[in-house]
Amino acid sequence: MIENFIPPFNFNDIFIEPWTYGFESYIWIFLMGFFVNAACGLVGNFIILRRMALVGDAISHSLLPGIALAFILSSSRSTTVIVIGAISAGLLTTIFIEYIYKTSRVKADAAIGIVFSTFFAIGVILITMYADHVDLDADCVLYGEIGFIPFDERASFAGINLGPIPVVRMAGVTIVVLLLINLFYKELLVTSFDVGLANSLGINTNLFHYGLMAVLSVVIVSAFESVGAILVIAMLIFPGATASLISHRLPITLGLSLFLSILYSLIGVHLAIWLNCSIAGAMVVVAGLIFTGVWLFNPTNGLIKKMGLTRKLTK
Amino acid sequence: MFFQSNLHAAKIGELTETSVFEQALRFLSLKDPAVRIAVLGSIFLGINCGLLGSFIVVRKLALVGDALSHAVLPGVALGFMWNMTKDPIAIFVGATIAGLIGVTAVNLIKDTTKIKEDSVLGMVLAGFYGVGIVLLTMIQNLPFGNKSGLDKFLFGQAAALSVSDIQLIGSITLLCLIIVYFFYKEFLVISFDFSFAQSTGIPAKAFHYLLMLLLTFSVVVALQAVGVVLVSALLITPAATAYLLTDRMHRMLFLAALFGMLSGLTGAFLSFLGNDLPTGPFMVVAASSLFIAAFLFGPRYGLIPKFLKRKNQSYQIEVENTLKAIYQVLEKNNFKEEGVLFDKLAEHRNESIVDTENQINKILKMGCATLNENENSDSNYFKQKLISLTPTGWTRACEIVRNHRLWELYLTNEAQYAADHVHEDAEIIEHVLGDDTVRKLEKMLNFPTRDPHGKLIPGLKYLEDNGTHNSKSAVTQI
Repeated sequence: MIENFIPPFNFNDIFIEPWTYGFESYIWIFLMGFFVNAACGLVGNFIILRRMALVGDAISHSLLPGIALAFILSSSRSTTVIVIGAISAGLLTTIFIEYIYKTSRVKADAAIGIVFSTFFAIGVILITMYADHVDLDADCVLYGEIGFIPFDERASFAGINLGPIPVVRMAGVTIVVLLLINLFYKELLVTSFDVGLANSLGINTNLFHYGLMAVLSVVIVSAFESVGAILVIAMLIFPGATASLISHRLPITLGLSLFLSILYSLIGVHLAIWLNCSIAGAMVVVAGLIFTGVWLFNPTNGLIKKMGLTRKLTK
Repeated sequence: MFFQSNLHAAKIGELTETSVFEQALRFLSLKDPAVRIAVLGSIFLGINCGLLGSFIVVRKLALVGDALSHAVLPGVALGFMWNMTKDPIAIFVGATIAGLIGVTAVNLIKDTTKIKEDSVLGMVLAGFYGVGIVLLTMIQNLPFGNKSGLDKFLFGQAAALSVSDIQLIGSITLLCLIIVYFFYKEFLVISFDFSFAQSTGIPAKAFHYLLMLLLTFSVVVALQAVGVVLVSALLITPAATAYLLTDRMHRMLFLAALFGMLSGLTGAFLSFLGNDLPTGPFMVVAASSLFIAAFLFGPRYGLIPKFLKRKNQSYQIEVENTLKAIYQVLEKNNFKEEGVLFDKLAEHRNESIVDTENQINKILKMGCATLNENENSDSNYFKQKLISLTPTGWTRACEIVRNHRLWELYLTNEAQYAADHVHEDAEIIEHVLGDDTVRKLEKMLNFPTRDPHGKLIPGLKYLEDNGTHNSKSAVTQI
């Protein structure tokens, strides 16, 4: 029965073809996937450290009404309007969540659940009701599609052809994220680990908190058309979490996240070609498999190694 | 809420061909069997989700519900693949297994690694969802099979429920109701004190997994009506709304079920008004409107009642401070005068005469004082009027001064404070000391007559014995 669902494995079709005949399109799909994973993974490292993974989840859902409203109000696909819509939706989500759990007896987890579901529901209603104005469909919201991103419009700088506009934009976001991390590395490190110490050192912790949320919103909104609102959480958390199983040093986990992004994108593209399925979904499956592999077989503190140790000790 | 439904109805009406009123009438008359199924389904789901949601909200497991609802997606896809149709039983079994694997994965990763709970939930949520999306897109790209209705699992469509779906939803709801009714005590104990439950011999872990199993069941049956993404809202929001309104668990369960039912009905109604509008988002918006209403107006914990209460309290304190000031001015002259002049009071309180007038107006309104003509009339208005306290005003003023001085004495005698450090503390506590505490203080201090500064502590005995008012006796009677 299962052979009905899993297409035959043909090495030539799956691994050779994309890089020879299909090179022109697959290289951009691979790069787009890499930049999405890299930007999300880098920011995600700090989100994990701050134990805000689920706030990231909430923001990724809440951007939807921001994007939808930006489409409806501006009636054009203007990047600035969409980014402004996304940042304000992201910051509003954070503020609402904090307001609810600080002023009422509702706990933080329930506050997160209530705020993001409300925002997301409003977004879906806006998209279905103003379908003519909003150039988004429900599928795109749920899982995006890298394959459908227009790659024919090229960006050029000083006469040099840089590549398709969406890829160049995503690359720009990744570079900006890298630059920001470089510039504010020390501050981000201190505010992530010890807010009290950061305050006593004269660092404006609130500024970094909301700044990080704003950067997170920008990263999520630029990844939106590739991976949608929900899979982006995997891109945010998996690289950092997998890296944290291998090392506890932030510079190393940041580097590992970049390396993992290449793996997710490369293997994900081939998996998607083989199974004829969503590329973003395939990348997440790869991320999940790599995490499981590291979790079980990591030579220093993998689950199997640990079980062996316990058995030795109990003997 | 009714206002809101009108608002949405108007907007949807612009887009649909059929008249909104006709659609509304069709829905409300319940003549259409499809409508009856949708209504019944929404009621069952609301009750079910509200009931189980209450337990996860009080246990701070709200986002486990969220992770669970995303984790069932691969099971839905596999259940569909079983014989390539939307078979409720196959999908139910597949989704339940996937959900349970998800919950187990959360616990396993959390227990064996140093990764924090929030990241683990995020990983399981998105990872399982990714597998589900891969399977769903594979199914969509297959050349065979009856794929209609599969997309309804993502955003939900109550109108797409079939009779067999309703039977499933109904039996799951009944099962949850029965189990919660019979094991209410056990669920209550594990919700509030897990270790206590274990120490009393309740198999707490077993009940935890029973709860997770029931939760998975209700998420799975709710999928078609609400959708994968928003099921968690139906678990969390009605329960959180109920949590804002009551402190008792059984009341919370009842209210959460009621709110869940209302949200389900409103969502089904609103989505029915338009063409092919998803049900889930409307249910969530309805549930959130209820939450906002409770958040703002809830009698006990609502933002506005709290604000009003605080305002009322500060008004009370201002009035009491004015009465106390009048008492002190009178005391300076050994209670020889019948009343106090405006300017004397303003001078005593170190404030402008206008502020004093505002404060006096407050106590006049409460019937604590009267304005009399001053005998040696002056051209200045504020010197013409003499403020005299009424019997109620006197009692209140004496009480406050008494509270203040008793507390000062308590601090010096019992808490070993220096006599010059006790005033500020007493300024605050005098407004909140209840009768019981005052009686206790009197007893403890052996019915004192003078405070640490040597001033008389006004007694209340005379006033209690004899309703008539006499300022001097009220003070001198100890």
